[in-house]
Amino acid sequence: MARAAVRRRLTGPLPWRVAYLVAARAETPTSRTLVLQVDGWPGHRPGQHVDLRLTAEDCYSVQRGYSVASAPDGERIELTVQLLADGEVSPFLVHDYAIGDPVELRGPIGGWFVWDPADSQPVLLIGGGSGIVPLIAILRTRRAVGSSTPFRLLYSVRTPDDVYYRDELTGNDDVETTILYTRSAPGDSTRLAGRLTADDIGGWRDTHPRAYICGPTGFVEAASRLLVTLHYAARHIRTERFGPGGD
Amino acid sequence: MTEQRPEPTYLDGNALAGPLTDLFIVDVAQASTCCVGCGHRCRVAELRVYLSGPGAVARCPVCSGVVLRYVRTSTTAILDLRGTLALSVQLETAAGEPGQS
Repeated sequence: MARAAVRRRLTGPLPWRVAYLVAARAETPTSRTLVLQVDGWPGHRPGQHVDLRLTAEDCYSVQRGYSVASAPDGERIELTVQLLADGEVSPFLVHDYAIGDPVELRGPIGGWFVWDPADSQPVLLIGGGSGIVPLIAILRTRRAVGSSTPFRLLYSVRTPDDVYYRDELTGNDDVETTILYTRSAPGDSTRLAGRLTADDIGGWRDTHPRAYICGPTGFVEAASRLLVTLHYAARHIRTERFGPGGD
Repeated sequence: MTEQRPEPTYLDGNALAGPLTDLFIVDVAQASTCCVGCGHRCRVAELRVYLSGPGAVARCPVCSGVVLRYVRTSTTAILDLRGTLALSVQLETAAGEPGQS
């Protein structure tokens, strides 16, 4: 496997840029996709994230990391933000951040949890909750470049109301997509609601896939442990944990 | 069977990639590190990062030893590399291709 080289920036520290909201849409009742125009955006690789910084009038400042949801597209990027009830930043981004408003943004960040379209190794994507966001960037990039690399997606959510990008995911006819419900499944579901199990992962190991797992820390922990138990090669498992989650 | 465990609180070393752009012009998350405590080699991206304190603490995924700590104040950045024998960064060659190693 070719080792990815680290790209050196020639301009010094990664700059904070000003991004503007140009469009927005609700993905679920508690999440919102932000379409941002970022002047001078150098482009990103699918799976990378950005830091957003908000500063109040009294100079109090907070920053948060968000995965990019879109495939590379010039100076436009999309982020999908999940509303956290006790959050400091997400209520603003989901409810109050308006078209035309600026926000400070730094990125792209992280060269480890990324997919390279030139890589023909089969890919197993496992997302929990809003952990689907960097994975949809990978799926969108795969489609944009016309890749035929075999892909499989396992997407774990609590209830049918929590599915991001539903039409897009279920319309992806050449990606084997399974949505797993942990709390309540739709009426026509043949699988009982419950957490990810070895049966859900099934027998894909023989294709020697690279696995990308993203979600709350506990979910990623459980999913990566399952893969190791099923004899998936640990060196082909890449993870991105985003902290405590409710599930 | 359900075993109740406390929800783990750590993140991946990926979470250090943003903060460490203050100091590094390379993506440190892709650098390899070798743990002083147990000799385990992995990418910085694979360390376990705890952000609940005043700064970030990255621990070895095998022995849980502290590999590095990073704290930033408004005027100072402090990087404590006590637990890594070496940080190894794969650079691009002049032609833009990965170097052989």
